[in-house]
Amino acid sequence: MSDHLLTVEELRVAFRTEEGVVQAVDGVSFHVDAGEVLAIVGESGCGKSVTGMTLMGLTRSPNARFDGRVRWGEQELLGASDEALRRIRGAEIAMVFQDPMTALNPVQRIGKQVAEQVRAHTDLEQGAALERARELLERVGIPRAGDRLRAYPHELSGGMRQRVMIAMALSCDPRLLIADEPTTALDVTIQAQILEEVRTLRAETNAGVILITHDLGVVADVADRVVVMYAGQIVEEGTLDELFYDPRHPYTWGLLGSIARVDRPRPARLPAIAGAPPSLLAPPRGCRFGPRCPHRFEQCAELPALEARDGSEPSHLDRCWLTPEEKRAKRQVGGQIGLEAA
Amino acid sequence: MTRFVVRRLISMVLVLFAISVLTFLIFQAIPNGDPAARLAGRTSTPETVAAIRKSWGFDQPIYEQYLTTMKKILSGEVISYAQQVNVLHEIEQDLPATLSLAIGAGIIWLALGVLFGLLSAMRAGRFSDRALTVLALIGVSTPVFLLGAVALYFLAFKASIFPNGGYVPLTQDPLQWLYHMILPWLVLSVLFIGIYSRVLRSSLLDTMHEDYVRTARAKGISERRVLLRHVLRNSLIPIVSLWSLDFAAVIGGGAILTESVFNLHGVGQYAADSIAQLDVPPVMVIVMLGAFFVVVLSAVTDVVFALLDPRIRLTGR
Repeated sequence: MSDHLLTVEELRVAFRTEEGVVQAVDGVSFHVDAGEVLAIVGESGCGKSVTGMTLMGLTRSPNARFDGRVRWGEQELLGASDEALRRIRGAEIAMVFQDPMTALNPVQRIGKQVAEQVRAHTDLEQGAALERARELLERVGIPRAGDRLRAYPHELSGGMRQRVMIAMALSCDPRLLIADEPTTALDVTIQAQILEEVRTLRAETNAGVILITHDLGVVADVADRVVVMYAGQIVEEGTLDELFYDPRHPYTWGLLGSIARVDRPRPARLPAIAGAPPSLLAPPRGCRFGPRCPHRFEQCAELPALEARDGSEPSHLDRCWLTPEEKRAKRQVGGQIGLEAA
Repeated sequence: MTRFVVRRLISMVLVLFAISVLTFLIFQAIPNGDPAARLAGRTSTPETVAAIRKSWGFDQPIYEQYLTTMKKILSGEVISYAQQVNVLHEIEQDLPATLSLAIGAGIIWLALGVLFGLLSAMRAGRFSDRALTVLALIGVSTPVFLLGAVALYFLAFKASIFPNGGYVPLTQDPLQWLYHMILPWLVLSVLFIGIYSRVLRSSLLDTMHEDYVRTARAKGISERRVLLRHVLRNSLIPIVSLWSLDFAAVIGGGAILTESVFNLHGVGQYAADSIAQLDVPPVMVIVMLGAFFVVVLSAVTDVVFALLDPRIRLTGR
């Protein structure tokens, strides 16, 4: 029995559509520990959000098919009853969503929206729940929290709304926070403040955090461990340092290489990974990244397993057939890490 | 708020003016519509017709006639051409039946429309949803006069469960009033229940995919609460605007067919009779009454909107 906070094993999520079966998540395994920030990184449509939603039972399409295991302590979350999930949602596992402009009910006062969650999991009366809501808003740095209880979402800025979402997520002292692109819709200064809130939360409550994002800057800022997803699969997994200083998978190289950096000379063109992500209706055979990879060779026709390929770093897993030496040589593009043009 | 009211009052006056002019002109354009000839009767001589035309002012220019008619309407002295009785008194007598019909049916169709819409949306794609879709389609496409006649034939004439039409004032005998109103309420409601349940169903399904509904679920509140507190309230707006306009139309004599089939002697039936006799004054008054209710209720609707959705503000512009 593992003592991880949350363990995901071989998670598969497929959607039946008119064109065929879309395998959005294809055998994803990872774990999160208490007090740890795990980042799930990838492009739009790589399955990272579906993964996050599925953990909480929020993937509600009647056309969805789930497979695998999601263990929360002693409990199995995948296929758990609505009532069992309801008790966990918001209380033990809380979620912060991408777009604070649409994630709050536009016709309810924010105090009531926060209090609703408090009341769903405690015996507090409305008055006490509102008082708790006020404390929470204060805690996430909303000025004049008492007045703001009576505000409607449209009366607050995007950053304030995301703070309300975080206050809501924190309201029942969750042991795991799933943050799905929490800063994507916000400008950079607000981003930094929101990330600070996430860090404080972890420090104060020792909660685990799953941070779903496409922004490697955010990852470098707060994550302890990183999972890189591509076309429904994990292609690389490791600690923050392993991933940033010793990336093993060409897709990760491409991601790292395409960060625009102000501390380096500006390239003529921002580097990008050539091609487009594959259709999940009919993913490529063999290595999923093969068709876009300039380093592919015969062996790539066979799908590499996600495993430690360098004995010295057992926690650093990847899905690439190249030898460690080849990887170290090939990821150097113009003196830094990147993916050379195909 | 003051500006909102003032604006609404001004637009109401304009709407009523336009409606009255249009109605008046339509009757001028109808062939064989000379009111003097009708007033004089079938066996009249050209001299009597001419005399009537002069004494009633039908020889005046159209705008003079319009002004005279409006003056009479506004002072409450307007006389119908056919029966030559005070139109406002007639309407006063017919209004209780129409109000009974409108209020009762309005409540029934709103409640059942919302109920069936909710059931349909919750079971979207399953058997009960499809069954409700078919029922709604039948309800919408069955004409009221047919449904009313069939209901009367089987439930009143054959089975004698309900009375064979007619209206009993509420003040006279509440039980008999209810007994006489049930069939008309249900028959009038069928069409609206069909429409409302479909509109609400699609509105609910749209709202269910909103981000804030996902947030509500992520909070761990019960599915029932998600549906009632977060989905339904945001889906009710199209229903509110439909309801207020339909309700106003029924009060303003819009339920002509239902009132006629069940012989309720309501405002709609009076309008139907007056139109058949090309009797301009009652038609003018009833049309303006209907327009009045529509304008007032649409202003009330705007206020309800602002209550339902705090992002909407009542502006004077």
